Amino acid sequence: MTDKMVKKADLNELLNRLLEDYRVFAPVRRGDITTFQQISAADEPDFSCTNTILSPKSLMLPQSECLFDFTLEKGSDMAGIMREIDKDYSPRVIFGIRPCDAQSFQLLDLNFDTSPYRDPWWVRRRHHTTLVGLGCNVPCSTCFCTSVGGSPFAEDGLDLLLTDVGDEFALQAITEKGEQLLTKTGIDTEPSAATAKAVLACKESALGLMRSSVPTNNLEKHDATALFNADFWDKVQFACINCGICTYVCPTCWCFDIQDEVRKNNGVRLRNWDSCMSPLFTLHGSGHNPRNEKLQRVRQRFMHKLKYFVDKYERGVACVGCGRCVEQCPVNIDIREVVRLMNQFKV
Amino acid sequence: MQSYRTKIFEIALQLLVERQVDAVLGFRRGTIPMMSQPILISSPDEVDQLHWDSFCSSNLANYLPRRKDRVAVFAKGCDSRNIILQILENQIKREQLYIIGVPCQGMVDRRKVLAALDGREPADVSERNGMIRVSGWNFKENFSRDEYLQENCAICTHRNPVIYDELAAEPTNEQREVDRYGDIHALEAMNDDDRWQHFEEILTPCIRCYACRNACPMCYCPTCFVDESTPQWLGKSIDPIDTRTFHFLRAFHLAGRCTDCGNCERACPMGIKVRQLTKKLEKDIKQLYAYEAGLSLDEPPPLDTYRPDDPQEFIR
Repeated sequence: MTDKMVKKADLNELLNRLLEDYRVFAPVRRGDITTFQQISAADEPDFSCTNTILSPKSLMLPQSECLFDFTLEKGSDMAGIMREIDKDYSPRVIFGIRPCDAQSFQLLDLNFDTSPYRDPWWVRRRHHTTLVGLGCNVPCSTCFCTSVGGSPFAEDGLDLLLTDVGDEFALQAITEKGEQLLTKTGIDTEPSAATAKAVLACKESALGLMRSSVPTNNLEKHDATALFNADFWDKVQFACINCGICTYVCPTCWCFDIQDEVRKNNGVRLRNWDSCMSPLFTLHGSGHNPRNEKLQRVRQRFMHKLKYFVDKYERGVACVGCGRCVEQCPVNIDIREVVRLMNQFKV
Repeated sequence: MQSYRTKIFEIALQLLVERQVDAVLGFRRGTIPMMSQPILISSPDEVDQLHWDSFCSSNLANYLPRRKDRVAVFAKGCDSRNIILQILENQIKREQLYIIGVPCQGMVDRRKVLAALDGREPADVSERNGMIRVSGWNFKENFSRDEYLQENCAICTHRNPVIYDELAAEPTNEQREVDRYGDIHALEAMNDDDRWQHFEEILTPCIRCYACRNACPMCYCPTCFVDESTPQWLGKSIDPIDTRTFHFLRAFHLAGRCTDCGNCERACPMGIKVRQLTKKLEKDIKQLYAYEAGLSLDEPPPLDTYRPDDPQEFIR
């Protein structure tokens, strides 16, 4: 696939070209917080943040989204019939997404885009989105992508990969979609030999800067029930305050809840993020709650990502090693520690 | 801090060896810089895990409600005040507790230090002589801890524990002449529209993770009103009306019960200034009832009390 390069000073021009044809989403900083937002001008993005507090998950699976509306008007032909709400599926770019976050979309495809159940909203958004990745020259100390099948410059899941080599970005098209985008930017400068060399150096140095690694080799071998009943869960769960931070900042936590909100005779059907940390997540209509205790909920989150998913899909863990939960947990529950406990578990 | 640590080991070890308590509730050093984790240890072998530094800011009272055992707990000024409130509200019994008071110098705000580092990542952080020394890849920086305290700690007037069985250090000097309500005066001076606009702005980033609620030692309701489903009082989306309702009602539920321990703001991943809401109510309660939460076991919270000399006429 094609390689090009662009001077950093010309990045705004590149983004302006993209803004003509695409809706562009990029990391935007407000105060101390950087999140992925739709931009309307080329000078809005800030690429200095390695991992945004929230992953770009919400661009594919919004935290809250109206799927349908309906009327309960007596006598109306449409009474009780769900009408799908139109959405903007025009082409868009997520510019500056990190390789781990792109990998998370692939993991979520297993849930949302697998025969016979295909989530139409997820599938359409994926189809209409081009992912322009930005490799991580200096991974965070909490990053552990290389332990879970990724790397700071992983191409898997991206359409185009940018490498920051000082005064310029090297652009590498990875897919057909990426090629098309590159063509639209009109960028035609081939990378010099020096740039190509710098790209390789960046990739190598980033790997050397990875400070966290966690072993996952035994997870698939363990008996799920024995792991479920392990003693260590009691220690793991003690500090947990059962808030939803880890599940909401996580790029691979996909669970949602469906709610109808009705006002007088008109209503909407919403899909909202849900969190297995909340007791309400499993509360039955009967009043019974199979996961009434904090220990059960904490165990569920880790078992789902690190055991049930592993066994079901045989594609490794449902974690891309972004380290957001490690960084954001107010009581320092560290998934890297939990993976170690699970991996080294002996009956 | 090293002297604190030695003393903390000694006290915990003695309590566990002599079986005066079933377990000790304290902190261990975190797995990332400037972080700690609340732990419960029940064996003398585990005492060496205990830790104390300027980042032991979680409020340990949060782990007490509905405990059945007898437990020793390390309590800073704010933790001790929350313990008093929990005893008054029948969440834990005084005789279940062995309170080890830890006079506090104020806790350092991890996020403030991170913001000052502006993207550079700390690899190693240590403390000496009122300075926080931070080093990382290609840098070394020193920060004065007093300038990087959590906002609630900077204006705290109760650093010494108000209830304890034993102190882990000599009492510290209390801060006097701090302006506890500078930001609240500014809020009060706004007209209604501006204040509403201000609330909207500060609450917009909320992702409804409820970390502020769950971090709060006074938010112990078996089912929070936002989690009620029959009837469901509150929408589950991120509609601003629902988000505001959650924050405002939570704050009102803390009127006369909040000690400004700051655990809510510290937990919020989005940096929302939720203490502005609770602090306004704290100020009102102080003015109306001359009451500060959690200073005495003999004085129940004013909103739990009926008094014939209540300042408001409608209730008399």
